[in-house]
Amino acid sequence: MNDFTYLQATQAKDATAAVRDNKDAAFIAGGTTLLDLMKLNVENHGQLVDINNLAFKGVEQTADGLRIGALERMSDVGEHPLVVQNYPVVSQSLLLAASPQLRNMASIGGNILQRTRCGYFRDTAFPCNKRAPGSGCPAQTGENRNLAILGGSQTCIATYPGDFAVALVALDAVLLLENAKGKQRRVPLVDFHVLPGTTPQRETVIEPGELIVSVTIPAAAHARKSMYLKVRDRASYAFALASAAVGLDVQGGQVRSARVALGGVGTKPWRSVAAEKVLTGAPATEATFRAAAAAAVREAQPREQNRFKVELAQNTLVRALLELSAA
Amino acid sequence: MTAHSPDFFAMENEPSFFETSPTPGVVGKPLNRVDGRDKVMGRAKYSAEYPLPGLTYGVLKTSDIAKGKIQSIDTSAAAKAPGVLAVFTHLNLPSLAKTPNDADGKKAIGAPMGFLPLTSDVIHYAAQPVALVVADTFERATYAATLVQVRYLTEQPIAAYTDPKATRFNPEKIQDGKADGYTRRGDAQAALASSAVKMTAVYTHAINHHNPMEPGSTTAVWEAPDRLTVYESTQGVTRTQKSLAAYLGLPQDQVRVITKFIGGGFGCKGSCWPHTVLTAQAAKGVGRPVKLVLTRPQQFTSMGHREDQTQTLTLGATAEGKLTALIHEKTSTTSPWDNYAEANSKIINLLYECPTFESHYELARGNVMTSTFTRAPGEAPGSFAIECSMDDLAYRLGLDPIEIRLRNYAEKDPSTGQAWSSKSLRQCYARGAELFGWSKRNPKNGVTREGRTLVGWGMATASYPVHNSQGTARVRLYADGHAVVQAGATDLGTGTYTVMTQVAADSLGLPPEKIRFELGDTKLPTAPNSGGSVAAGTVSSSVYMAAQDVWERLTKTAIKDPKSPLFKAKPDEVMVDKGRLQLKANPSKGEDFMVLMKRAGMDDIEGSGQGKYGAGYETGQAANPAGSGHQDEAGKHSMHSFGAHFCEVHVDPDLGTVRVTRWVSVHGAGRILNAKTARSQIIGGSIFGIGAALMEATARDPHYARYVNADLGDYHIPVNADIPDMTVEFIDEHDPYINAMGVKGIGEISMVGVAAAVANAVFHATGKRVRDLPITPDKILGTKAV
Repeated sequence: MNDFTYLQATQAKDATAAVRDNKDAAFIAGGTTLLDLMKLNVENHGQLVDINNLAFKGVEQTADGLRIGALERMSDVGEHPLVVQNYPVVSQSLLLAASPQLRNMASIGGNILQRTRCGYFRDTAFPCNKRAPGSGCPAQTGENRNLAILGGSQTCIATYPGDFAVALVALDAVLLLENAKGKQRRVPLVDFHVLPGTTPQRETVIEPGELIVSVTIPAAAHARKSMYLKVRDRASYAFALASAAVGLDVQGGQVRSARVALGGVGTKPWRSVAAEKVLTGAPATEATFRAAAAAAVREAQPREQNRFKVELAQNTLVRALLELSAA
Repeated sequence: MTAHSPDFFAMENEPSFFETSPTPGVVGKPLNRVDGRDKVMGRAKYSAEYPLPGLTYGVLKTSDIAKGKIQSIDTSAAAKAPGVLAVFTHLNLPSLAKTPNDADGKKAIGAPMGFLPLTSDVIHYAAQPVALVVADTFERATYAATLVQVRYLTEQPIAAYTDPKATRFNPEKIQDGKADGYTRRGDAQAALASSAVKMTAVYTHAINHHNPMEPGSTTAVWEAPDRLTVYESTQGVTRTQKSLAAYLGLPQDQVRVITKFIGGGFGCKGSCWPHTVLTAQAAKGVGRPVKLVLTRPQQFTSMGHREDQTQTLTLGATAEGKLTALIHEKTSTTSPWDNYAEANSKIINLLYECPTFESHYELARGNVMTSTFTRAPGEAPGSFAIECSMDDLAYRLGLDPIEIRLRNYAEKDPSTGQAWSSKSLRQCYARGAELFGWSKRNPKNGVTREGRTLVGWGMATASYPVHNSQGTARVRLYADGHAVVQAGATDLGTGTYTVMTQVAADSLGLPPEKIRFELGDTKLPTAPNSGGSVAAGTVSSSVYMAAQDVWERLTKTAIKDPKSPLFKAKPDEVMVDKGRLQLKANPSKGEDFMVLMKRAGMDDIEGSGQGKYGAGYETGQAANPAGSGHQDEAGKHSMHSFGAHFCEVHVDPDLGTVRVTRWVSVHGAGRILNAKTARSQIIGGSIFGIGAALMEATARDPHYARYVNADLGDYHIPVNADIPDMTVEFIDEHDPYINAMGVKGIGEISMVGVAAAVANAVFHATGKRVRDLPITPDKILGTKAV
């Protein structure tokens, strides 16, 4: 890790200006991803701007839905009664992630920005188009068991690793961003992460110096009845091989509204509108769920080692829908 | 050591074997760890925790490529970085008397690898050290290492035996010459040809890394130009001392190695690896103490691993299930220099009665470092093959898995024809089955459900040899009734401090609070590596014999002392009971050692002893006074521990997940020195095996020959949520041949057979036989109830 200077910001504009004016600077909140990547020399920053003292806090019900401050910790949000009661998929996605120690440190905003666990990205000795644009992607024909089957390209198939953003993208969450001019803008989370295409180094639409202030999740029947199912190589403290964030509003055996997103299989948190279309208006049966799952992975492009994820993602989604509709 | 806590003997669920043990005193009792309080209070000093004056920090810069040459190496920026004292490369590292780069050097050093990095510009494997930076702080050294600029001439590496470009060959010897590359007993091919049942199965095993919690670390201090002290995380201070002495051209006694506590080793700390000698060289170069701690990624490329391997096992059997032939083939990856392969076939050759046997090893050289012993080397993967195949045979013939094993029960060692020194395997099967409720097992696989999950039960046999070993211990007994007992052993965290305190307490007739046991220093009497399950048996026997030496000396003093009640007695008429020297024929005639010593003006008395074979603990003396180690005099007996594991799994056939939900292990391993630490060790080994069975795998990129998951986030080992409550018991077993204490050791056997028990349970649950470890969800998918 290189030496860096450290600035503790007390005002958002001080933080955003510092990072806007210094290409070498980065924000630090919980630091659970940033310090890890800096120790691996995957990220090298000359200045870290600590934003933990900013007022981006609070979990509260607003007219638009649930507003969560970006500096809230994963554990606090995951255990918050409003989240547990009205947005179970959000609570579960947070509490099934990482370890208690990490959840106590990691911020909500930072979690959304978590970077991939692709082994080629994390080791500077390998080529990697995301880390060193144009150097190549050994994952395409290499160790790709854990990598994405959806949204990949010839330049990158790195999986988006997180859980929380998968739940958020299912529930139409909206991010509030603020830049150095103090200007705020709202970005639906589904548009926040971008596909790797030919520029895998660009992962989100956030601009230099821009901060996530909060995330708002609209209230909805399919949010109250929702769940997160995560399948992994061990029972805890592992990234998803496949996960499903689902919300259902079922009336008289018919699905009135449905929300579906997949984790562990996409290069970004993977909302599946195609699956939702199959579900909406259809009877809440296993046959419907299977059809929805098939639709969700129709565009999958597996590589040699991650072919199983096509089946696993479908089974995970079907199971989540079955459990949720039976609950 | 601090005073023992009030809960000295506290233990929940005390194993039942303990109730029937005739052991007097504290040996066998579930004594709490004597070092436990120091560990949880942070007072136990591990090897990287010595704040020496003038200490500097070494950090390795490692190779980006797996094969090729260093074209140029520019250290100027690193050398100019703040706090940097030196940047060492192959061009400027202080020279060595010997390197392991040729066969003679390797042998003299006892090196685990026939190559030392930084001896030339050649790159043989990914992350091979290419420079060592020394600075005044760890952070500055770490940063400066990133400034070393290396230009490589890159060649295409070979990643594994599976690479079509790899050249395969049949080695004459494997495991560094310790085992044969080809073994034949009888005519297995002919026996197979005429067998009623013939089965062939192919098993693969992923690369596994030991990953102890404490990484490898070395702190090297040159006390004088020709005298070195090393604080090292090693399983054997003497082996490291010998290796360093050979590397550096010093007399052995001029190198001191200190290892007071170890945070796990599992075999990777069993040898002196390159980072240790490089640190000693760097310390010489900068003229100050240097500490080097491997990073977690470096841990994957610095201290060996369990090699990637394929086994093909063919068995022949009669229609009744009696084995007629076993043919075992193994192919694995080794390094460019060494013919290392775990000797998987040994356990297959002796686990069951079978008149014929054949084994072949095949190796391919890859651009990888040399693999090394990993907990139960050979026995762990070998047992996976034989124990899954025996399970197959049971299903094929419609027999219970225990029944097939009983039908092939080896009453003597089939590989040598020798009688067993002791074997309690039948009892292990019976007791394990009882504890597990095995009799309720549905013989059909794939039919037991709980909701959406399939439930399966599996079992497997475990075995591990009692290896030849020797060592010495010293006892200093004080007239005020306390003792210091010493042996240059190591405590991996498994309880050596504790069990040796117990053995010394009973041997000296003192309460354990009055014993201080010291280990982990080459200044102490020589003891073996903590490895191969030899430490407990050898060191405990040495301690016991050292105590006998003290009693012999005191007896001599007593019978010459006119004031002693034992005056003029013959030495063999005297016995010692709880510190009292007395006549065998008339125990009322005698005196306490403290009375004798005070009268004789002795403040203390010393004795030393070598671990000897032949149980003597109950009788007060070793059965055979000559020699040392674990092989009985005429080599009449084959010496092994045996055990059985029972496992229940819940398999979700749609999601591919396998969870172990119940576990029972029963072992017969001679005398158990401490019921609590022994139980913990079996639990630890079983978890280690469950890790290998279900999740542990280091992925090496096929084109770059470089690991892609060299950290504990992506190399999965079991977490608490993966492990159920475990039941562990021991059969009360007395082995009169192995050593003076009758101890076989349990560190290795705890893992043998574990993966097979899990895989057999998965087969029972799903009807799908997974022979490719680890059994991850991708290998279960597609499984439906039969």
